[in-house]
Amino acid sequence: MDLRLQRKLTNIFALSLSLAAVAFGLFWLFWLLEGVFRLGVAGLSLNLFTEMTPPPGSEGGLLNAIVGSLIQVGLATLIGTPFGVLAGVYLAEYGGHTWFGKTTLFINDILLSAPSIVVGLFVYSLYVARVRHFSALAGIFALALLVIPVVIRTTENMLVLVPDSLREAVFALGTPKWKVITKVTLRASLAGIVTGVLLAVARVAGETAPLLFTALSNQFWTLDLNRPMATLPVTIFKFAMSPYADWQRMAWAGVLLITVGVLALNILARVLFREKHKH
Amino acid sequence: MADSTKRSSGLGDWIFHNLTRLFALLTLLILLAILGSLVYGALPSIHKFGFSFLWRSEWNPPMDDFGALVHIYGTLVTSLIALVIAVPVSFGIALFLTELSPLWLRRPLGMAIELLAGIPSIVFGMWGLLVFVPFFGQYIQPFLSNTLGHVPLLGRLFQGAPIGIGLLSAGIILSIMIIPFIAAVMRDVFEVTPEILKESAYAVGATTWEVVWSVVLPFTRVGVIGGIMLGLGRALGETMAVTFVIGNSDQLDTSSLYAAGNSIASALANEFTEATSPMYTSALIELGLILFLITFVVLVFSKLLLMRLARQEGKGT
Repeated sequence: MDLRLQRKLTNIFALSLSLAAVAFGLFWLFWLLEGVFRLGVAGLSLNLFTEMTPPPGSEGGLLNAIVGSLIQVGLATLIGTPFGVLAGVYLAEYGGHTWFGKTTLFINDILLSAPSIVVGLFVYSLYVARVRHFSALAGIFALALLVIPVVIRTTENMLVLVPDSLREAVFALGTPKWKVITKVTLRASLAGIVTGVLLAVARVAGETAPLLFTALSNQFWTLDLNRPMATLPVTIFKFAMSPYADWQRMAWAGVLLITVGVLALNILARVLFREKHKH
Repeated sequence: MADSTKRSSGLGDWIFHNLTRLFALLTLLILLAILGSLVYGALPSIHKFGFSFLWRSEWNPPMDDFGALVHIYGTLVTSLIALVIAVPVSFGIALFLTELSPLWLRRPLGMAIELLAGIPSIVFGMWGLLVFVPFFGQYIQPFLSNTLGHVPLLGRLFQGAPIGIGLLSAGIILSIMIIPFIAAVMRDVFEVTPEILKESAYAVGATTWEVVWSVVLPFTRVGVIGGIMLGLGRALGETMAVTFVIGNSDQLDTSSLYAAGNSIASALANEFTEATSPMYTSALIELGLILFLITFVVLVFSKLLLMRLARQEGKGT
């Protein structure tokens, strides 16, 4: 065959495969979302937001699981954010070039992708096994450990983007470094850091594995952090694996709530970040 | 007066500097503490079974007799299936995004991929079990058995009852989950290829495919491998999606991918709160330790490769 023709055909063939790969990826995304919305909407009802998780065979809702998720994710974010921001500040403003700083940044990237179930195992051995009972507090610790690396990464990234001329201008006024950081550089990168926190919330809101043997679950309403507490993901897991049609329907509704919540957070984070960086 | 302000600001700086340093140090300590607590929890099991824990396939809770082979096998096989599917697809997507896509389409497509990456694994798990698996068992598995099943050697992987759940389904669900991660890294590293290299190749008449295959890919090779490793790291430790569809069987007596199996992460998710004896708990923690060590090595490798590409890029320009 003519070499030129052969090269052309190879090119067309390869590029068609590339198109097929994109179609393949989108196909799964749409199939997944279609299933989640179709079955999730069918399971939606007002009871979900007003009633507790029921025993099999009776009517009920997901109120205690929804509230449990909000409490645990909220507190984990409150613990993880200052931790992550402070460590991120150190890496960007003080020790990023030292051996210690580089190692920390490297290790942080490993923690970012480490299996979340191992984090649950860690909190179990360190805390749950010591106090001898599962508790919402243990779940909060586990989730906070997952928030921290995300916040460190984005804080560091955002602070490094702040131009040095800005820092120098403030230093020239005789401002001490800690004030330069808290009043100027952190403020300049606020939108980016908030984006990072939102992404971290989106990540832990759907986490199931680290909660299985820390917060466990609870069929009843509780606000006591020292007792097992239900969360949406763990309840979905329990209900989805059960043979009861009622429970499965509720699990689908829960999956819909989580998917919509997480996607909304992701989109919000992106919009916020883009708004800021347009100017 | 001037002196005292200077001193107090020096103190403020000292406090703030060391406060931030403390939290950076704590981050390092978290990793060491995770490792330490897992080793400590696994000690009884390590003492009792030694290294044979790694290659014995007995998993017998009532007799307190444990070996990790079935779980290690399940973890590696499902991750391998995921890579076999995800790597070419991710490459195709990255190729499309960097070379073919019209500009207006790049952003929404990139966003769709990132959204796929953001969907929690429990959603994949439940959807996988209740939507994908029935379809897969009814249509795809019989089809695979009738086609690939007749190929010598390879055919052994596609034998048995088409029940839907099993290693193959778990691997496929995993592949969908890691495609966004690998594709995003590949896209990012493809974009660092200097334009001048690509333009030179186009100028001497290379086709798009030849530019990608002979210029972009060799230039970004380490980064591409780094991205694949990152995806592998994700796949190895993925828990919920696998737990739903892998079948949770601790037996292993066939080479078929249709067989139900178990991965390290799914064994932990299913059995940890039900472990009744201290040795059972310890064996499960040792499983967790093995998982952590494997993913740690894979992720370190991935990170080092990506850093090498970044340095190479810095030198090149």
